[in-house]
Amino acid sequence: MGMKKKRWERRHLVELFMKAIMLVSLFLVAGALGLILWTIISRGLPALNLDMVTQTPKGGFYMGREGGVLNAIIGSIYLAIGGTMLAIAFSLPITLYLKAYLGDSKWGDYIRLSLDVLWGIPSIVYGAFGFTLMIAVGLRASLLAGIIVLALVELPIMARAMDEVIRRMPVDLEHAALALGSTKFEVAVRVVVRQMLPGIVTSVLLAFGRGIGDAASVLFTAGYTDRIVTSLMRPTASLPLAVFFQLGSPYPEVQQRGYASALILTIIVLAVSLSSRWISARLNKYTVK
Amino acid sequence: MDPHVQVKNLNVYYGKQQALKDVNIEIPKKQITVIMGPSGCGKTTLLKTFNRFLELTDGAQLTGEVLVDGENIYDRDVDVTEVRKVVGLLAQRPSPLPMSIYDNVVYGMHIHKMKRDRREYKAAVKHYLEIAGLWEEVQKRMHDPATSLSIGQQQRLCLARGLAVEPEIILGDEPTSALDPISSQNIEARLIELKQQYTTVIVTHTLRQAKRLADYVIYMYMGEVVEAGPASEVFNNPQHKRTRAYLEGLF
Repeated sequence: MGMKKKRWERRHLVELFMKAIMLVSLFLVAGALGLILWTIISRGLPALNLDMVTQTPKGGFYMGREGGVLNAIIGSIYLAIGGTMLAIAFSLPITLYLKAYLGDSKWGDYIRLSLDVLWGIPSIVYGAFGFTLMIAVGLRASLLAGIIVLALVELPIMARAMDEVIRRMPVDLEHAALALGSTKFEVAVRVVVRQMLPGIVTSVLLAFGRGIGDAASVLFTAGYTDRIVTSLMRPTASLPLAVFFQLGSPYPEVQQRGYASALILTIIVLAVSLSSRWISARLNKYTVK
Repeated sequence: MDPHVQVKNLNVYYGKQQALKDVNIEIPKKQITVIMGPSGCGKTTLLKTFNRFLELTDGAQLTGEVLVDGENIYDRDVDVTEVRKVVGLLAQRPSPLPMSIYDNVVYGMHIHKMKRDRREYKAAVKHYLEIAGLWEEVQKRMHDPATSLSIGQQQRLCLARGLAVEPEIILGDEPTSALDPISSQNIEARLIELKQQYTTVIVTHTLRQAKRLADYVIYMYMGEVVEAGPASEVFNNPQHKRTRAYLEGLF
């Protein structure tokens, strides 16, 4: 029978070629990630000690070789959590409104387009914009200003990611809820959010990741300080800026501390990712597949 | 006849295409009305006008009136959520909400705030699951996801969920077409039990099911109602030749 594989036929060659391209891309990306991690770990690990995560800097963040970056760790966690919360508070209503009332209409498309444009704006522009706004209202570099600007940075990513998730809502489910006499709002809050919760959690995480790693937007707006922040109206340190300042230092020991700070930031992001995946898996229990 | 639903001069268009042409019918109270006809004849469209589901379809336009107990459900000051509370729907495929079995049944009662406290809700959930013939099977797993049920069980859950908001009319859009024969029988038996209390309107494309269920029959063809009347008359002595042809299985 003629069922033997014709190995050199054109469609089999195309298949082989495509497979090779995909594998090369995979290795490039995985390799780059591996290299970054290796750099951070190999250079940062020697400088990583208990003092780094329990002490504030001694001798200044730029020159100091003693103490740690607790001020930046706490500052970053405050900034990212605050910014993410604020971004959720606006993204969720935006996406639910898009879903329930605008759908794929002209206005819905305009809003999606503007979110896409906002997404592409570099975060330093958000920082500068925030700074101008702060001057206008008389607000100084502070945790509050940093949170607001981070929320602006996170919002387009979060809203668009949620929008894409929520658009995949099965229409049957929505109709089932409407048939029982639900208002569109009830469908959105009681059914859509519940069904799409795992995806919504992923969207929030995506935005959180960008928020906590962003240096440029907090440079002007949150400032920097060696002290642990105690008030919304005071400036705060942050890990990305700690990395930035320490790597810019002329002393190799301080540079090494910069890698250690980067390692801490990576570990925080990893921990948040893993825990939200765990939460998301638990939330999955009731969703309709 | 004591009509529960009256349809007057109803025309429906999808864009430029006319799906229903000048429909005038009456649906008797507390009986099973079966709408039948070949596919594409407008059966489902007609059903969708009864709970205002038609407006969920983009580009659908409607003229005329649908009166429930003499009140036009398309009047400006009619609240669509109230219409859908009175007119329940059993869909073609069961679609349980993304929550537990218990929460599925309680959902509608919650949004309409129909009971006072948790105990009343619990009792009502049990009551409606019993009516749907599902209580025995699920009483020990009320907090399992509704999707863990079989398709047949899910359809009975959807029936319980629909009845829990205390509708007067139940619409069924080929409610057994996704089910296995045993589950279909089960749903049919439930519908027959319930016809004492509810006005039921079923769309079906199987003639045998129509004969098993119908007290009143509406036969449609190409968007028009060809014949409507009590089941015994329409099945035994159809007035129109198209109805006769359909009943004889000519198409």
